[in-house]
Amino acid sequence: MKKRISFKLNGEDIQLEVEPYWTLLYTIREVLGLIGTKEGCGMGECGACTVIVDRKAVVSCIYPVLEVEGKEVWTIEGLNVGIEGGLHPIQRAFIEKGAVQCGFCTPGMIMSAKALLDENLDPTEEEIRDAICGNLCRCTGYVQIIKAIKEASRILKGV
Amino acid sequence: MLKKFEYIKAKSFEEAVDLLSHYGDKAKLIAGGTDVMVAIKQGKITPEVLISIKNISEGSYIKVSEEELKIGAITTHRELEKNPHIQKLGALIDAVRQLGSVQIRNVATIGGNICNAAPSADTVPPLLVHDARLTIKGHNGLKTFPIEEFFLGPGKTVLSSDEVLTEIIIPLPRMSSASAYWKHSRRKGMDLAIIGVALWIDVIFEDVEKLKAVKNGEIEEQFEALERSAIYCKDVRLALGVAAPKPIRTHKAEEFLKGQRLSRRTLTEFGAIAASEAQPRDTFRGEAWYRREMIKVLPARLCLLCIYRLLDSFGGEA
Repeated sequence: MKKRISFKLNGEDIQLEVEPYWTLLYTIREVLGLIGTKEGCGMGECGACTVIVDRKAVVSCIYPVLEVEGKEVWTIEGLNVGIEGGLHPIQRAFIEKGAVQCGFCTPGMIMSAKALLDENLDPTEEEIRDAICGNLCRCTGYVQIIKAIKEASRILKGV
Repeated sequence: MLKKFEYIKAKSFEEAVDLLSHYGDKAKLIAGGTDVMVAIKQGKITPEVLISIKNISEGSYIKVSEEELKIGAITTHRELEKNPHIQKLGALIDAVRQLGSVQIRNVATIGGNICNAAPSADTVPPLLVHDARLTIKGHNGLKTFPIEEFFLGPGKTVLSSDEVLTEIIIPLPRMSSASAYWKHSRRKGMDLAIIGVALWIDVIFEDVEKLKAVKNGEIEEQFEALERSAIYCKDVRLALGVAAPKPIRTHKAEEFLKGQRLSRRTLTEFGAIAASEAQPRDTFRGEAWYRREMIKVLPARLCLLCIYRLLDSFGGEA
């Protein structure tokens, strides 16, 4: 039986009828049509589906949609909301540092980076590695990704 | 394709117990869901109703009193990881930091890690060596018992279908003790343990100067220095994950080491007895013989790690 839920998505209040067995990922992609968030393994292992719920990075493929009731959800589509110039500094840093190869892990990678930098504007390399430990890049472009997150940290600090 | 189920959010543990007894076998309890949702997707379980305890506000806390630490069962690993009191429990913080990814730790709960009863559950060997007790809520109220009595086998616990784990109680360890957990796995992150070893040890230092001098040295140098030191084991607890159908304490090894001077000989014997108490299997992560060999060597290394942790906590005044 469908249930009605309210939550905030990318800064906007939304109300939605959902089936209790839907995952957050299914709802975002198949119901709301926001296909920036990717489905990789579907088992919480690869991080391609990472979104931010109440300031925390989570894997949306195993997150029951009813659990976002009253919460604040951010997907890659919301990253540049209200930003002049169209792209968030993390996105710009990813482009600049060549951190995007095939691109499939990128939205999840960026959301993990966003959650990290929101909490800790000046992470060490070890903290960056820990933050993206659950994001698999099959192109193995990790070095550039770590560089990009450092660059984003530098930009966001305003240095 | 998504498997269908109903999803009910319990507002209290009482309500969860009522719902569980109402739905019986059709229901499955869910907290963070990082094990349950995966099991559903893999078709390993097919519950008609999920009963969520994620939103029970009185279920998530870390409280400290003079004697003990109390952790609400639905406290997430991330909350534990960042808590200064948990950071003082060496073995538990080692385990929590190495469990899954940030995304998993943000939602996975300690109660879920325990109740899922995987032989590889990272938090369990640390809780075993810290002599943790579990509080279970059922229709007849609350009961509390040692975590060692909780597990029956892979995925099996003493919980009946309408009981819920609500709290984990850890006695505050003595100042002269330290603990550590070693997750032996192929990769540093996002992996399950091939073997997990937790050690808690309470020691008497008589002469540690030589050991201090090689703090950053090779493990062999440290064992050499240990031979020329005088450190005695007052009390010890050792627990193993993925070494048997359930996480185990190795009581014979513990009894052997109590009262002994720590040396290469006593620690080798300690590891050998622990290995004899294990019943590892062959799996694709590692074969039984390999697990046994690792159980022989890792406890000794953890002893050294604990000694160094203790020396650090004394700020070198030992």
